Amino acid sequence: MIRIESVTKRYPDGTVAVDDLTLDIPDGSITVLVGPSGCGKTTTLRMINRMIEPSGGRILLDGQDIAQQPVTALRRSMGYVIQNAGLFQHRTIVDNIATVPRMLGWDRSRARERARELMERVGLDAALAKRYPYQLSGGQQQRVGVARALAADPPVLLMDEPFSAVDPIVRKGLQAELLRIQAELGKTIVFVTHDIDEAIKLGNMIAVMRTGGHLAQFAPPDELLSSPADAFVEDFLGTDRGIRRLSFFTSAGLDVTTTPIVTVDADAAQIAERTLPELPYLLVTDAEGKPLGWAKAEELAAQAADSTGEQPADSTGEQAPDSADGQAPDSADAQAAGSTDAQAADSADAPAAESAERTAAERSPAPAAAAPLLPHGRPFVFGRESLRDALDCAVLSPTGWAVAVDGTGKAVGVTSQETIATAIRGAHARRAAKPDSPDGDAGEPVKALR
Amino acid sequence: MNLLHFLNSFFSDGANWHGENGIPHRLVEHVEYSAIALAIAAAIGLPLGLFTGHTGRGGYALSAFATGARALPSFGLLVLMTVWLGQLGTTPAMVPLVALAVAPILVTAHEAIRNVDPAPVDAARGMGMTSLSVLFQVELPVALPLILGGLRSAAIQVVSTATIAAYISLGGFGRYIIDGLAQQTYAQVVGGAVLVAGLALVTMGLFWAVGRLVVSPGVRRRR
Repeated sequence: MIRIESVTKRYPDGTVAVDDLTLDIPDGSITVLVGPSGCGKTTTLRMINRMIEPSGGRILLDGQDIAQQPVTALRRSMGYVIQNAGLFQHRTIVDNIATVPRMLGWDRSRARERARELMERVGLDAALAKRYPYQLSGGQQQRVGVARALAADPPVLLMDEPFSAVDPIVRKGLQAELLRIQAELGKTIVFVTHDIDEAIKLGNMIAVMRTGGHLAQFAPPDELLSSPADAFVEDFLGTDRGIRRLSFFTSAGLDVTTTPIVTVDADAAQIAERTLPELPYLLVTDAEGKPLGWAKAEELAAQAADSTGEQPADSTGEQAPDSADGQAPDSADAQAAGSTDAQAADSADAPAAESAERTAAERSPAPAAAAPLLPHGRPFVFGRESLRDALDCAVLSPTGWAVAVDGTGKAVGVTSQETIATAIRGAHARRAAKPDSPDGDAGEPVKALR
Repeated sequence: MNLLHFLNSFFSDGANWHGENGIPHRLVEHVEYSAIALAIAAAIGLPLGLFTGHTGRGGYALSAFATGARALPSFGLLVLMTVWLGQLGTTPAMVPLVALAVAPILVTAHEAIRNVDPAPVDAARGMGMTSLSVLFQVELPVALPLILGGLRSAAIQVVSTATIAAYISLGGFGRYIIDGLAQQTYAQVVGGAVLVAGLALVTMGLFWAVGRLVVSPGVRRRR
């Protein structure tokens, strides 16, 4: 454990960067230092590996005062990742990663072998091993930075705004990767960021710091969102902390119904039977059960009646794959394909998938004479994603109902905003009764898979 | 008499290709003076420049020194040294050449190290590299193209200026120019001047080749 004990950093000109800070950083988890610029978060981090020496107080690593340890040995026992990766541009990727093992006296081939192993761990293609840093994208460089910090398998990892300089989509990927690596390795990570969303996403514990180097609150993210210590923390968290806190509640217990779901070839009887009194829409799925979009129940019924009463050749739309009119089946196919692609990409990259899906829905209009399909928005993965995702789906959906899918993208049910609201109240009540235990059995897994 | 005619008569004269006053012998002398002066200047300038650049100290004193060194007239210094030291082998000629070369080597080494991207340096320190390792394993390889550039311009200046050694009865290509002027054999003057210019170009090419050889592709491609 890293224990920061009444540490103060005062510069010769009188500026106080960190003021009497005391913090216990737990082992094997991610502790995030977050705050506005000038709050002393980076100074605090840099005092842990003695890049900056405190002017008062002390820092203990596993009970030993770090000021008593040789500085190079101390730093070699801690991985260090900085904002722009700080790669050595004259060394190949594999040699960059092998730096610390080489310093520790490993022979070259063993160090390189270890470096290649780490490239795989952080999701870098082995073909990049012999490249130079300038040949890599910013996101790839940052992965190399993380691999380099992990190379000698240090128990502690210090990360100073590592993902601040990459674009939001790459950042999201790097954050997910860090959570995945952490789930495998269980390092003690101290992570500095100015981004409260990043802090909530990554941190097991979050230390919110305010200007002048004071600790405003030290708490797990869920607690931070539900009960901020003061007006500063509340203001720093922003206006939608209630919504964001829903990320910590699993969608597993949510009531979903399969009643208003029909396949594209449903007949009039099925349509009538499945229409709910409170929902004038039906979710249309393809033959495999993947959602295509919402249709007005009455239009769908009228259309089903049409197609049963007339020759298949005269009917249009999804009901007639062998139709003489070539346009209609094509566009139905296109819509199904677009939807499937979006789901496949979904797990990797939600916003991209979402937009891809929207464009797919806009691009392929419903068949001319068939009931027009409304886009179903981004479905949520039932049980794996949080109540926040479910609520977001419901809010985005034109019908006000969210679509739940399983891991393969097949619809497993739909649920209304009201049902989700009930589930939220229930989750809050359960959390209030047992404040220490995460909701259900899925507190951390929900976090890790977001 | 045109230029080509001068060149032709100088380079086709068999007497100019052997003996003490032959081109090969003068070339060896010229290269020897230049190389010794450059080596001494590098031995002074490089460590000082690397150290001040690495620590960030002494930049002010350095630029004052460099300006002073540039203002020194090489020829005046040569005469002064000869009067002061007498005909002490090559020493009176070495002093102005070294003084000429130290400034560009020292100043570019200092600036090259100082301008290395601070991020990798911070990362290297944070990983537990010693100060010397940071200098030689992180800063120097990245600063190398600029440092070589400083050495190259020093070398070219030294090669051109080494002609003055002939004024104090030393050899080198300067002999042709000085003797030619004295004897009014202009073919010799032009020939000597062309040889000096050619040697300066060869020096440039040499540094380019060294750069290709010692600078990492990861650094070279960036510029």
